[in-house]
Amino acid sequence: MTGTMNLAAEVQQASGVASMAWLLLVLPAFGAAVLLIGGKRTDKWGHLLGSATVIAAFVYGVVLFLDTKSLGAEDRLRDVHLFDWIPVNALDVEFGLRVDPLSLTFVLLITGVGSLIHIYSIGYMSDDRNRRRFFAYLNLFVAAMLLLVLGNGFVTLYFGWEGVGLASYLLIGWYQDKDFAATAAKKAFLMNRVGDVGLALAIFIMFKTMGSTQYDVVFAQIGNQSTATVVSIGILLLLGACGKSGQFPLQAWLPDAMAGPTPVSALIHAATMVTAGVYLIARSSPLYSLPQAEDARLVVMIVGAVTLLIGCVIGCAYDDFKKVLAYSTVSQIGYMILAVGLGPAGYAFGILHLLTHGFFKAGLFLGAGSVMHGMNDEGNIRRLGGLARKMPITFVTWTLGYLALIGFPFLSGYFSKDAIIAAAFSEGGGRGWVFGGIALLGAGLTAFYMTRLLILVFLGKPRWENLKSEDGRAYHPHESGWTMTLPMIVLAVGSVGAGAILSGILPEWLTPSIGELVEEHGPLSHTLIAVLTVAISAIGAATAFVVFGRREQPVTRPARVSFPVRAARADLYGNHLNEALFARPGVWLTRFLVFVDNRGVDGLVNGIAAGLGGSSGRLRRLQTGFVRSYALSMLGGSILVIAALLMVRFA
Amino acid sequence: MTPTYYLLLSALLFTIGAVGVLVRRNAIVVFMCVELMLNAVNLSLVTFARINGSLSGQVMAFFVMVVAAAEVVVGLAIIMSIFRTRRTASVDDSNLLKY
Amino acid sequence: MSAMVLAQAANQVSTGEAVAFWVLGPLALAGGLGMIFARNAVHSALFLVMTMLSLGVIYMVQQAPFLGFVQIIVYTGAIMMLFLFVLMLVGRDSSDSVVEVLRGQRLWAGVLGVGLAVLIVAAVGRAFTDVTAVGLAGEQANGGKGNVANIGLSIFDEYLFPFELTSALLITAAVGAMVLGYVDRHLRGKRTQKELVEARFRGEHDRPSPLPGPGVFATSNSVATPALLPDGSVAEESLSRLIDATASEKLDEERKAVAGTLPGPDARALAPGKEK
Repeated sequence: MTGTMNLAAEVQQASGVASMAWLLLVLPAFGAAVLLIGGKRTDKWGHLLGSATVIAAFVYGVVLFLDTKSLGAEDRLRDVHLFDWIPVNALDVEFGLRVDPLSLTFVLLITGVGSLIHIYSIGYMSDDRNRRRFFAYLNLFVAAMLLLVLGNGFVTLYFGWEGVGLASYLLIGWYQDKDFAATAAKKAFLMNRVGDVGLALAIFIMFKTMGSTQYDVVFAQIGNQSTATVVSIGILLLLGACGKSGQFPLQAWLPDAMAGPTPVSALIHAATMVTAGVYLIARSSPLYSLPQAEDARLVVMIVGAVTLLIGCVIGCAYDDFKKVLAYSTVSQIGYMILAVGLGPAGYAFGILHLLTHGFFKAGLFLGAGSVMHGMNDEGNIRRLGGLARKMPITFVTWTLGYLALIGFPFLSGYFSKDAIIAAAFSEGGGRGWVFGGIALLGAGLTAFYMTRLLILVFLGKPRWENLKSEDGRAYHPHESGWTMTLPMIVLAVGSVGAGAILSGILPEWLTPSIGELVEEHGPLSHTLIAVLTVAISAIGAATAFVVFGRREQPVTRPARVSFPVRAARADLYGNHLNEALFARPGVWLTRFLVFVDNRGVDGLVNGIAAGLGGSSGRLRRLQTGFVRSYALSMLGGSILVIAALLMVRFA
Repeated sequence: MTPTYYLLLSALLFTIGAVGVLVRRNAIVVFMCVELMLNAVNLSLVTFARINGSLSGQVMAFFVMVVAAAEVVVGLAIIMSIFRTRRTASVDDSNLLKY
Repeated sequence: MSAMVLAQAANQVSTGEAVAFWVLGPLALAGGLGMIFARNAVHSALFLVMTMLSLGVIYMVQQAPFLGFVQIIVYTGAIMMLFLFVLMLVGRDSSDSVVEVLRGQRLWAGVLGVGLAVLIVAAVGRAFTDVTAVGLAGEQANGGKGNVANIGLSIFDEYLFPFELTSALLITAAVGAMVLGYVDRHLRGKRTQKELVEARFRGEHDRPSPLPGPGVFATSNSVATPALLPDGSVAEESLSRLIDATASEKLDEERKAVAGTLPGPDARALAPGKEK
């Protein structure tokens, strides 16, 4: 912990390759600007430019990575000062970039997975007339996310944070002519704002207590602050993270965000948006590692654990391909938040899981997109089935992603998820048992719903043969083109191998940014936990196979189901909760205020106006046009003046 | 008996003229009432000249007479032209300029 | 000092002056009241003449003989005659009706008039309780030029500029009166028949066509018989408005004569219609 606190002093000015780090931001931003300003003229080659800028950013990211790797561990924290952004008296916000192992990890994830999704989108969006604009938004998204992870202060991070919110709004609402997409975009935007308020307040408190919002200053001084300050900053940052990462209680927007095109879902879920929350907490590790922040960390863990369970349970009940994956994301992010909530014992595992998840979840989403692309955009898994033979590449890559997700031994998920479960158990005491147990249960549920998905989509009977899609066309499933399959293959390879490779090198690589990995040993040995996890996952998968694989599934979802299923189908009443707790009182308050405005304020204003108008209307009658009545009033006035003069004179 | 009585007479005449302006409707009569008020003021001026032993008051009264003559000429011309267009000399009938 | 005392003594109100005041003052007041109470405008003007004459004499009594004569000659003689002239032009019969149109006008006029009188009288009475007039007798005596010469000196010396201004004022007034009083009936020339027809159809007249004639020769020989329109209805416009406006009693005799119910002339009478 002292190591992390001393980090601030070790930050060095970047030189050489790293001093060009602004290229990472400028490349995709340039692409977005050209595509948006260029308009229709760029239709022909817009998608190529969009992909090229991100790929270029990825290449530069790799170079930067190798450059940093070649340095000693103590030299790997570097700042790139660009310019003074907001120099206002006491507040001096510097616009600078932080190039260190943590941000580089994210840069590689974002640009790498982002590049693959860009390539995939070329094929997926080929039918869309506005493909150029789509790529512009994607570039904007990547640029904002890179700014988020590269900024060297909380304000810069906030800038990127809002940029991501804007880009996600634009992309989720891509099918803007459709009602549900517009609503989903609005919902995502609003719920993100709730989280943003938390982040903004945290930044205000930092400025108030420490006088700066730069990472180095804040992390150097956070140790001297009172417990109340630390805990409140920690919880407010967590609120921000909840909004961005779709954590309880702000998880409801994430599944609805599936309204956007599938590449967007993949981008949001695997590489960019939702990882922002995890990044924020990992980046603030010097804060959360403090002994004063014990309570804040507990809240983080609770949020993570609750979210992880909610995601799993709801995922079991949905019939929409992408929504199940979305809830899967919710629950996996829950794992990551739980991990980073564990403190020094878990930061590295959280990031590790984030990376492996980035691979296999992106692969899963792209696979889902490939299936929908070949099936007239049909997303209801009950109307799919038996697609393994029609789409062999999709099937194989998807299954590899699936195995990685449920933690099949020696695939990616096995290394990252098991490590988190083990770390949760090693927290010790009742807390360890509770969080470890939840994580373990989540693993079983994950296996269950993912196996259900696999069986209903790729195995079993082809239930679509006798059906027609909504627009009346028959289904002709076919394998997608190479621009779509290539990224899927690459991601599948990553799903298989990333875990094994990264779990060895990542903790050490990240040490300069988030501190040493603290190995703790809980009541159960790591081997036992690994065996337990695999066993529980196997039980979950087997149950799913027994329930869904052996019987023929109905095309329509059964209406009469038990209460837990009904609750899960209703998102565990999360939307109802939000509705009852916030939306409805808000509506009431609004109506009340509208009433007050209409009757009170407007009444006052209009009343004055009407009163003046009315009295003027009556006073107007004094202007009779009769000279003699005017003369009368003149005489009256003269008498008054004379009387006043005399009173003054003879008083 | 002091010169004050002249002033009192002047005040009464002025008041009578003012009341006449208010109650009479024939424009010419109203005009005559205005003349009466001017005369009342002239009376005060002459009396003040006497009280103060200065001719200025009388000169002032003289000027008032000149102005009154000019006023009468123009005023009667206006009344005539109104009468020509509206066939009436009542001040109450010219009441278009109102709300 | 003694000269001033003498002068003051000379300026005190003499008994003769008091008598004159008590005769002329009420006369002037009566003239004023008569003016506002007379219903006939000509009577009002004559009452005003009375007031002005009284005032002219009072001016003379008050050591202002020049103003007194000007008052009588210019005011009473010229201006008031101008008033009467205009009155005759406008129409002597334009006496005011007794009914007051404006509600409360007379009441308030009375109240305010009394109020004004009380105020001014009280103020004057309080301010001039014990006044001794300096008087102009001394000044007139000095140099012995007299009132007229002194006023002339004053006007052409001290008040020369205002006096010249009054000449401008008078010229302006004369020009204004001419402009207001001048009516050029032939300014636009006589309208031709064509212009009249166009004016009719442009709506400058009540109706585009002449009024229909009465149906005198169709069924009867009375102008009170209305013309019939093509659809058989009565054309109201064909009847002279005078027929409606004339009181029926006035026409009784004519009606009887037309109906033949009037007793005819006595055949034996020498001069028909004059036997009563």
